Amino acid sequence: MKRIKILLLFCLIIISLMVISGCNQDKSVLNIYNWGQYIDTDLLTKFEKETGIKVVYELFETNEHMLAKIESGSSNFDLVFPSDYVIEEMISKDMLHKIDFNNIPNFQYIDNRFRNLEYDPTNEYSVPYFWGTLGILYNSEEVTQNVDSWSILWDEKYTGQILMLDSMRDTIGVALKLNGYSLNSVDPVQLEEAKKMLIEQKALHNGYYVDETMDMMINGDANIALNWSGAAMDIYWQGAEHIKYALPKEGSNLWVDCMVIPKTSENKKEAEMFINFMLDPDNAYQNTEYVGYATPNQIAFERMLEENPEVTDMDAYNPSQELLDKCEVFIDLGDNREMYNQLWTEIKVY
Amino acid sequence: MKNKAKLLAYPYVVWIAIFIIVPLVLVLVYSFTEGNIHNPSSLTFSLKSYDKFFNILYLNILWKSFKLAFISTFLCLILGYPVALIISKAKAKYKGILLLFFLVPIWMNFLLRTYAWMAILSPNGFINRLLQLIGLPTLAIMPGQTAVVIGMVYNFLPFMVLPIYTVLSKIDKNVLEAAMDLGANKIITFIKVIFPLTVPGIISGITMVFMPAVSTFVISQLLGGGKELLIGNLIEQQFTVQRDWHFGSALSIILMIMILISMAFMSKADKDDEGGAALW
Repeated sequence: MKRIKILLLFCLIIISLMVISGCNQDKSVLNIYNWGQYIDTDLLTKFEKETGIKVVYELFETNEHMLAKIESGSSNFDLVFPSDYVIEEMISKDMLHKIDFNNIPNFQYIDNRFRNLEYDPTNEYSVPYFWGTLGILYNSEEVTQNVDSWSILWDEKYTGQILMLDSMRDTIGVALKLNGYSLNSVDPVQLEEAKKMLIEQKALHNGYYVDETMDMMINGDANIALNWSGAAMDIYWQGAEHIKYALPKEGSNLWVDCMVIPKTSENKKEAEMFINFMLDPDNAYQNTEYVGYATPNQIAFERMLEENPEVTDMDAYNPSQELLDKCEVFIDLGDNREMYNQLWTEIKVY
Repeated sequence: MKNKAKLLAYPYVVWIAIFIIVPLVLVLVYSFTEGNIHNPSSLTFSLKSYDKFFNILYLNILWKSFKLAFISTFLCLILGYPVALIISKAKAKYKGILLLFFLVPIWMNFLLRTYAWMAILSPNGFINRLLQLIGLPTLAIMPGQTAVVIGMVYNFLPFMVLPIYTVLSKIDKNVLEAAMDLGANKIITFIKVIFPLTVPGIISGITMVFMPAVSTFVISQLLGGGKELLIGNLIEQQFTVQRDWHFGSALSIILMIMILISMAFMSKADKDDEGGAALW
């Protein structure tokens, strides 16, 4: 009998706990879906303290995984961080809410260069978060020549020391750029040329990798690698100063990761509050200092250059306007994706 | 009593239904349709994905996957049989330890073991540094097919050794003594008695190694540097980067059928269905 009483008491406690925690649900919630290691988590705590909104934070690994999850309709994210060409696709598929910029006064700090870009021409759906370029990482102790062209990735002198990216758009884009074409080209002749070059290049390079590239560069397994400026900054902040980054003169890809509000969101107001919070110059500075990527927030960016003058001359953080002008943003392939897919498979097989 | 035992099977039946049958049916449906995956009403019957597969490009990938898986399975057999023999012949008190030595590496994460091989085989890795130290020219093993095969053999070898070992240790000592009494020497005993008795173990070992080897995508990505595209990689890409779930599903079905056919061949060769096969 005593046991049953204890059991009943236990049930009572659990039920009351559930009721109490249920009451807590009244507190508003913000569901965020972001890349791994792409935010200073102290900022999340700060936001929770300032607003009383509870942040639920989840991570994704690639744009495609994120898109699949949102498309399946099984999620209720309020704020997502996709890259440029994915935003274009999401807009065309009617997956995004228009953002009410009246709720985001801090948008004024966003550098003009990152407004109204091709993927969101009227800038109604997205707010830039971080930006960067695609370029060449090289070990300056082994590669003594001046690195300023994609052609070094095809230089026989470096056979077996080159790493390419296991990323379809980037790798094909580089071959297109070296030939003087747009990296958004859908011209079959230009793409065929790029394919041939990339197949020939397979005899020279040591594989298509993504996450492993940084370690292999630091270990000396490779001396030249195609990679993003963010990785270069990561390596720099880790202290491997002999590994440098070059943005080739032929031009490259400029990428912008943004904050968007998917249609599945039930807390649009809270999402806009968070966007405004992240655009506050102090918060943006704290975030760029922590993550290491370049921020589109002009005030935070200038403060970064002031406090870390050495990054001013680095292509990875602050490329010259002349080079940036030659860079292009990726445009969604739409129906041409199939052609790219086929090409990419052929490159990898032969 | 018998009925009660049947009841115990229900959780497993439910498990199979939810996690094996339903996904398989989904894959089958996707493979025979086209349209938007996330909008079931837009799906229409189509053989496009299968039609797409019959292209020299994709057949090439399938051929390469089977070739590498076959080589790896063969090497596993050559390396694994003697190991199983040695362990089964060892004194009882060493048996446990020998087996443990063999099993401990599998307790480590599969991905971790493959990364370890990257560190060993890479251009500036362990092997090449050792070669440099003694003044020999370095080897360019990774990335390449050799590295992929090494990775497969290392990762799947235990699946070959264990079934063979189980069968070997079940052989009745009296049978061997009878062979000796009838005048067979050690070699004849092995060829005429031991080996035929271990065939079921070999068969299940081959299946256990061949199946993961033919469908792997991690080993070929990491040790092949993405230059050795296997059928597993192709399927993985359809579901991630290329986002063609219909084609990915069709490829999975084709691979499954190919594996089933090879299994059917194997089980035909394996007249005696007990023994090693029962282990798995």
